Amino acid sequence: MQYDSKRFVERDRNWHPPAYAPGYKTSVARSPQQALVSMQKPTVSELSGPDFRQLRMGPHDNDLLLNFRQDQNQGLPQGERIIMFGRVVDQFGKPVPHTLVEMWQANAGGRYRHRNDSYLAPLDPSFGGVGRTLTDEQGWYRFRTIKPGPYPWPNDPNSWRPSHIHVSVMGPSISTRLITQMYFEGDPLIPLCPIVHTLKDPEAVETMIGRLDMARSKPMDCLAYRFDLVVRGELQTYFENQ
Amino acid sequence: MNQPNSRPTSELMLRETASQTAGPYVHIGLALAAAGNPTRDEEIWNEMARPEAEGEHIEVVGTVIDGNGDLVRDAFIEAWQANSNGEYQPEFDLEKPFNSFGRTATTFDHGSEWSLTTVKPGPVAHASGQSQAPHINLAIFARGINIQLQTRLYFDDEAEANASCPVLSRIESPTRRQTLIARREEVDGKVRYRLDIRLQGEGETVFFDF
Repeated sequence: MQYDSKRFVERDRNWHPPAYAPGYKTSVARSPQQALVSMQKPTVSELSGPDFRQLRMGPHDNDLLLNFRQDQNQGLPQGERIIMFGRVVDQFGKPVPHTLVEMWQANAGGRYRHRNDSYLAPLDPSFGGVGRTLTDEQGWYRFRTIKPGPYPWPNDPNSWRPSHIHVSVMGPSISTRLITQMYFEGDPLIPLCPIVHTLKDPEAVETMIGRLDMARSKPMDCLAYRFDLVVRGELQTYFENQ
Repeated sequence: MNQPNSRPTSELMLRETASQTAGPYVHIGLALAAAGNPTRDEEIWNEMARPEAEGEHIEVVGTVIDGNGDLVRDAFIEAWQANSNGEYQPEFDLEKPFNSFGRTATTFDHGSEWSLTTVKPGPVAHASGQSQAPHINLAIFARGINIQLQTRLYFDDEAEANASCPVLSRIESPTRRQTLIARREEVDGKVRYRLDIRLQGEGETVFFDF
């Protein structure tokens, strides 16, 4: 069977945030207390995963400046126009082609298009805040959007989320599935954020920071932020397990 | 390999991008219907099997419950399962009668149940030669969950297959194995399996690392 020799680099649970991270208060009642049950030999059920090349996407699914407009006459969203782009690679630097990358975010004022978000900042009638795309042959993806605003949330008496975009990537298997958040280089709210602080290793925080890329920005149009995503690497095995 | 925001773990290998919670508004990004927002032409959602799909048609439902015993109303769940012959169908295509991949969510509606419309998976091959009992892999994402929780759903009318499943028997505590077994119900002549996912405390669901 083809999956007998397939294996991914072990997920480093000390690198990712722990389930129980009391500084992020909601995690306290939502974190398992029992140990995870480790599979030494994941099966085809864990090693395989969906391929979305046949998912039919709309022409503006990756363009948040246009994908919530009801008609041509409606204005563009408020806010700083940006390109968010990057490459999905595995831990060995191998590009991950044709994989689904999805994202969602608040508008320029820090308000989400969600019925439970009651922040003072108004909704933007021209902005939905959701995008999706597939990586190309070399693993590149690209979105056009506006930079989301920071917003307050009830954790500590005065907690604010840094500007961020939620990013979801599938990778080649359900074992590589990852949801993260992209923060913006230089944002002074990053080191103050309880959700960022769920990570123990400052190096891990660096993997979530989108970098200003002037070369990819468009003069008189928009800035660009590069955000590469690294998913678990598939190990090559050369020997039969006998 | 020199990339702006990636970190080498050794000369040969990069570190995985770190996980962050999907947050309270995950539905607007990945479950647009559950958020009550306009949907696109094609969405990845909870009808994994259309009526013409081969196999026993079932509904799978449940709640997600936190350590206080309260409903988690903002969870997002991904499902991955074999078809009725025990084979995975990786090519996601809404034109096909069955897809191995589906998504669902709990909501702020009354019962706050997630649900999947699917067919009962067949037994799945295993390297040991002993097949795995029919199961659905589930991944749970939500506010307060920093990295997805991975579990499996099994079926209570597969007692024999469950008893010999090489993965289920990896769980040392027989009591805890029961946390993965969905109960069969028949509602209006339709077959439904129910599994409540308990994130913490009494009856805590088994979650896997793989």
